[in-house]
Amino acid sequence: MNDLLLQVLALVVAALFVLGLLGAVAPKAAGAMIRAATIACSAAGTIAAVVALAADGGAETLVLPLGLPGVPMLLTLDALSCVFLVLLFVSATACSVYAMDPHEAEDTRALPFFPVFIGAMALTLLAGDGFTLVFGFEAMSLASWATVLARHEEPASRDAALLYIGIAAFGAACLIPALVLLSPLAGPSGLSFAAMRAGIPPDGWRATLVLVLVLLGAGSKAGLAPLHVWLPLAHPAAPSHLSALMSGAMTKVALYVIIRLLFDLAGPAQPMWWGAPLIFMGLASAVLGALRANIENDVKAVLAASTIENVGLIAVGIGVALIARAADQPILAALAMGGALLHAINHGVFKTLLFLCAGSAQHGGGSRAMDRLGGLIHRMPYTTGCVLTGCLGLAALPPGSGFASEWMMLQAVLGAPRIGGLALQMLLLVTAGLMAMAAALAAAAAVRLIGVVFLGRPRTPRAAAADEAEGPVLVALIGLAGLSLALGLLPGPMVRWLGPALRLTVGTAMTEQTGLGAIRPAAGVAGYAASAIAVLIGLALALALLALRRWAVVGHRQGPAWANGFAAAPAWLPFGDPLTQYGAASFAQPVRRALGASLLAAREQVDLPAPGDTRPAGLDVSLRDPAMAYLFTPIARLRGRLAALADFMQFLTIRRTLGVMFVTLILFLTVIAVLESR
Amino acid sequence: MMLAFSTGLAAQLVHLALLVAAAPLVAGFVPWLKARLLGRSGPPLLQPWRDLQKLLRKQPVLAFNASWLFRAAPALAFAATLTAGALVPSFALGMTTAPVADLLVIAGLLALGRCILALAGMDVGTAFGGMGASREMMFSVFAEPALILVFFTLALLAGSTNLDAIAGVLRDGALGLRLSLGLTLIATLAIAIAENGRIPVDNPSTHLELTMVHEAMVLEYSGRDLALIELTAWLKLVLWLTLTAAMFCPFGLATPEAGLLSWPLGLLAWAVKIGVLAVGLAGFETCLAKMRVFRVPEFLGAAILFGLLAAVFLFVSTGFSAGND
Repeated sequence: MNDLLLQVLALVVAALFVLGLLGAVAPKAAGAMIRAATIACSAAGTIAAVVALAADGGAETLVLPLGLPGVPMLLTLDALSCVFLVLLFVSATACSVYAMDPHEAEDTRALPFFPVFIGAMALTLLAGDGFTLVFGFEAMSLASWATVLARHEEPASRDAALLYIGIAAFGAACLIPALVLLSPLAGPSGLSFAAMRAGIPPDGWRATLVLVLVLLGAGSKAGLAPLHVWLPLAHPAAPSHLSALMSGAMTKVALYVIIRLLFDLAGPAQPMWWGAPLIFMGLASAVLGALRANIENDVKAVLAASTIENVGLIAVGIGVALIARAADQPILAALAMGGALLHAINHGVFKTLLFLCAGSAQHGGGSRAMDRLGGLIHRMPYTTGCVLTGCLGLAALPPGSGFASEWMMLQAVLGAPRIGGLALQMLLLVTAGLMAMAAALAAAAAVRLIGVVFLGRPRTPRAAAADEAEGPVLVALIGLAGLSLALGLLPGPMVRWLGPALRLTVGTAMTEQTGLGAIRPAAGVAGYAASAIAVLIGLALALALLALRRWAVVGHRQGPAWANGFAAAPAWLPFGDPLTQYGAASFAQPVRRALGASLLAAREQVDLPAPGDTRPAGLDVSLRDPAMAYLFTPIARLRGRLAALADFMQFLTIRRTLGVMFVTLILFLTVIAVLESR
Repeated sequence: MMLAFSTGLAAQLVHLALLVAAAPLVAGFVPWLKARLLGRSGPPLLQPWRDLQKLLRKQPVLAFNASWLFRAAPALAFAATLTAGALVPSFALGMTTAPVADLLVIAGLLALGRCILALAGMDVGTAFGGMGASREMMFSVFAEPALILVFFTLALLAGSTNLDAIAGVLRDGALGLRLSLGLTLIATLAIAIAENGRIPVDNPSTHLELTMVHEAMVLEYSGRDLALIELTAWLKLVLWLTLTAAMFCPFGLATPEAGLLSWPLGLLAWAVKIGVLAVGLAGFETCLAKMRVFRVPEFLGAAILFGLLAAVFLFVSTGFSAGND
């Protein structure tokens, strides 16, 4: 069965690449056909991956007639790749349905890259050897880079693309040596995953180097701090359905690479401290990302910053799973890994949903800047409903989808101190506190996003006349919203369905701890019952409504907003003065002052004109991401210095050039002579 | 089996009824006691009941641009808070909801109620609503880590995050008095004060706009809707007092094994605990003035610190490692 499904998936990948080629050749003529075929391919991929995971037929390998000379490329389908393939193709299906929207279809610049992007991600997930993995990963980077450049007229897009391609190249430069270090044999035949598993797993400095290179190589693509700075710039720059894929699926592909390399290919016998760097990077990402989500002013930048937070939380889950596996606590490891995988899926769904909603709001309200929108709930009720559903997951509130997975990871953190060791216990203590802070910051960011963009009064005439999305966009939004709600209500069956992937990575599935109704941290103890909580909330709501009907007066009256007696707005301001309403910057102020000042070096410059002066007052807020200030700026400065040095070397006089060459030659000969003599 | 279930269900229903009934009583008792401590005669004890009746008779005045969310928020926030309240054991363990009474879920439900009200505060688009909402969310950014650290210590001691199980373990007295529990209690009280918007974090009885947080957020509500919001706030106060009692002083709680005969003692113990905590709250509020909004992170930062210290003491004490060998 699985060999057939693998062939289907291979054909889907091939078809997606061909579609991309077609899109490059004939974007206008074949545009509609390409979009429809992308939906078909994604849907077929979803079905194949779901069936493969449900069948749990073990790993299956397919040898491709392509590849390096003499070494064919391998495709492998196992439970872990299935989980991520489902996540990818669900997100891709929704995004390709969204792309059917005639307004999106007008812009054909990103058209050829869209199917290639999906195909490259699927190829990475299906890779059975190091070469295919790197090939897919780099194709994915390049395709997404091209979509970031789709609006290259804007300088911000060009800057984002430059930073993005630089970090992507750095990622590749780390990932390729990591795979080579994992390969037991010299030469390309050792690059197949089967050979890596059969060989002796790396130990000592080689193992440490593998860990560092994997975290830098795949972590930079996932957006783990301190390599996250490109993400809030690049993700918003692409068209909405591609931003959704980048945030929802591409970061997960990078996490898949981390899990595949660290859990599967590096062998089961790695030391416990391997989890610590993941937890550190994850926590830094979670808190910084959630904090930035509270401060950014662009709707899509808020969502991208929140992606950093969620990727950080997943990395923490993976790190705890590594520690628990090394400590021989498979149940705890399964809890942490199950939480991480479930959160990856949940985030994939609700972040795709929210990016598509942002696209819909941008199209309907005419802007992506929070301070140019407002009051969209009146004109765009369906989009607002979908945003509320997505934010229920984003804010990790019960009974939403994000709560279930964060509950599992937090339970793993609360249970892990029994492994012992004071240093580990301290780390877990800080982890629990910071995870809670990230969740609370995410909730604040969600309230800010909804409150400023969708509630309140319109801030511009364009936002006041916003149009509700229609047709394919609504189909994509409502489908994803329904899926997100279902994921929130049924975490138990979801984790059970993840069982084969858990068995592959941590050795045990959570079959005894999960039922239709609940997830439990261990068999036989109390746990989280999402559906029961939802029923209780429903009962309480019914009780409240019945009591109101019985005892309270019916009906309501309407009037101007009270606002403590604030005078009603004059007739020439139909929606009131926009400045008397809380906006994006003002809502952010308490959090920015309390946390942003220390973590992001946030500074406020208030320009208050003297009485009698008619110039408008101004507020200037500046931020500096610590990674940008302490890592990227010094690197950029170093690069500038090296370039200046090379420039200087290039234009030496002939005498000096000969001199330099002569000294270099002598130096080399000396080194060789010393090495030879030993 | 059937008997245990029906006892649990009966306890659940009595618990809910008493929780809702106690909410206005506590809300009337605390201002009365504060006024007495200040030498004033104070409002009657049943004033909140009368306010509730009065407000329920009045139609709400909605702003012209209020959306469905504004109208639905009071009932939704009440439902979330009541659900959280249903999970916290007041006088009896083993209620019907005991298997799902997870501490993290209770924290999540309270956060849900808070987010709904914050969204409602943003809906009409007034400066007060936005100000209250943004400040309330900022407080939660510091309150939630402190709360999770409290749960961390309790989960280590009791081996579970289920409130019923924790209360059961502590009720048996197997853990004895511990420094960690004391530190955790201090942190919990600080969080409870912040979550309920009591002095020194917020002032529930203020009418000065700039000092309001929770009241500013719900400023646009009137009539029937305001009644529900006030009831939610009172319910939340009783919930926090009950939660504190269940986590740190679960003595006298009726157990399913002891049957109905242990209920009177449990009810009496609950009334005493709530009474003592309410007296403490009134005394505390009388002694302090409200602090500036940007001092609140420091106040809650102290709670975080106590939560951290509690767990650290637990780690270094021999009791924890010996108990898990």
